[in-house]
Amino acid sequence: MSEMTRTDAEPLVEITVQVNGVMHTASAPTRRLLSDFLRHELRLTGTHVGCEHGVCGSCTVLVDGAPMRSCLMFAVTAQDHEITTVEGLAEDLDGNGTETGTPTMSPVQQAFIECHGLQCGFCTPGFLTTITAYLRENPEPTETEAREAISGNLCRCTGYQNIVKSVLRAAEITKEREVGA
Amino acid sequence: MKPSVFVHHAPRSLDEALALLAEFGHDGKVLAGGQSLIPILNMRLAAPGHLVDINRIAGLDTVRVTPDAVHIGALVRHSQLERHVGAFAHLPLLRQALVNVAHPVIRNRGTTVGSLAHADPSGEMPAVLALTSGYVEVASARGTRTVAAGDFFLGPMESCLQEDEIATAASFRSFPTGTGMAFAESARRHGDYAQAGVAAAVTVADGLITSARASFVSVTPTPDVLDLSEVFAGIAPEDADWAKAAELARAHVDPDADINASAEYRRMLVGVLIARVLADAISNAAAANAKATAMATGSAPSPTDVDATRA
Repeated sequence: MSEMTRTDAEPLVEITVQVNGVMHTASAPTRRLLSDFLRHELRLTGTHVGCEHGVCGSCTVLVDGAPMRSCLMFAVTAQDHEITTVEGLAEDLDGNGTETGTPTMSPVQQAFIECHGLQCGFCTPGFLTTITAYLRENPEPTETEAREAISGNLCRCTGYQNIVKSVLRAAEITKEREVGA
Repeated sequence: MKPSVFVHHAPRSLDEALALLAEFGHDGKVLAGGQSLIPILNMRLAAPGHLVDINRIAGLDTVRVTPDAVHIGALVRHSQLERHVGAFAHLPLLRQALVNVAHPVIRNRGTTVGSLAHADPSGEMPAVLALTSGYVEVASARGTRTVAAGDFFLGPMESCLQEDEIATAASFRSFPTGTGMAFAESARRHGDYAQAGVAAAVTVADGLITSARASFVSVTPTPDVLDLSEVFAGIAPEDADWAKAAELARAHVDPDADINASAEYRRMLVGVLIARVLADAISNAAAANAKATAMATGSAPSPTDVDATRA
């Protein structure tokens, strides 16, 4: 089947989504999942696709600040919302913008580096987004709460111990930066 | 793992959505949170030609607490209801059960009314709707109707909703003063489908049980209610023999076996869980009675005050 025929068979719609503060417009079929729209149309491949039915958590992005599965949302529905992907987590601490300043790892990203919270890295974007949102609501989690917070994300490398440590360390770093600021 | 082709409709009004559903009949499907529907579409277990996305319809996302019930619109997300202070003060069972609905990330998107319409016997909220003798508001281009929980669930994954109908709201009814509620379930991992779950409500008045009811998750084809009032009415809570309740519950349920648990194991769990939730409900009833007394004497904020402080 030629590319032309396929396009004829399935009409495309223009979809505009705000991702990491930037408006993006691209054509895609209405059945395009937000996860695939981010990766295929917008070339933001930081969001990883694992199970595509909401179990693994790899594709988790922030929708108006709240973590949601991008594989369980259509791009057309996401048009009404502000999306943050793993590419949008790094902070611009010196306030000069990424054009001139150097983006700094967010507290959660920094904690994953320090605590070896990742090995292969496939599940990491989903963990980073989930934990970022979690710590905004619960800035001082206990170890049990940290474990509970990541219960919706699967990792097949780390055994989770270092991810739990990363959650606790990220809470510390957030506080250190607040004091430093 | 991608959905098959469909036409996406995003109506701005309920009337528009109902007209679309009437037009498409069996080929149309309502999309709200999509946390159950989209996996089904991704796995191609269903392939509707038209999706009627109701997310842009205004006015469906409100939680309203009245003396007789907690009313929620079709677009109220699980997380929204879970965090609603007024709803929790009025009907603690809602939050007790909601924290067991999948994972927080799923609850951020999934809607409570949607999970009722999905009618999964493993769903927590159908069991809660049944236990509270709640009801669902249903609309179609033909008109509206109100369906009691007992008539809403027809079988596993089957509600009474017709092809052209939308469940626009649900109401969880209040219990009498002095009712304690509790919910517990057992799953391989927190957030997974429960192997078994039990919701219970026990009413205590003047130191004696007047009513005791339970409903079940994952072990009955539809969320029916086991009324234990005849057995326990007139008994002081401390004298209640929950082993008797466990025995009745084990006889009442009809679990299936799957990869996670055998039918016998689920039946055993039901007995353990019901004894646990009934005891929890009793201690919550004591707390509820103490709070009611305190409120009557003006030493504690009323639920409406608590609600008003929620900005």
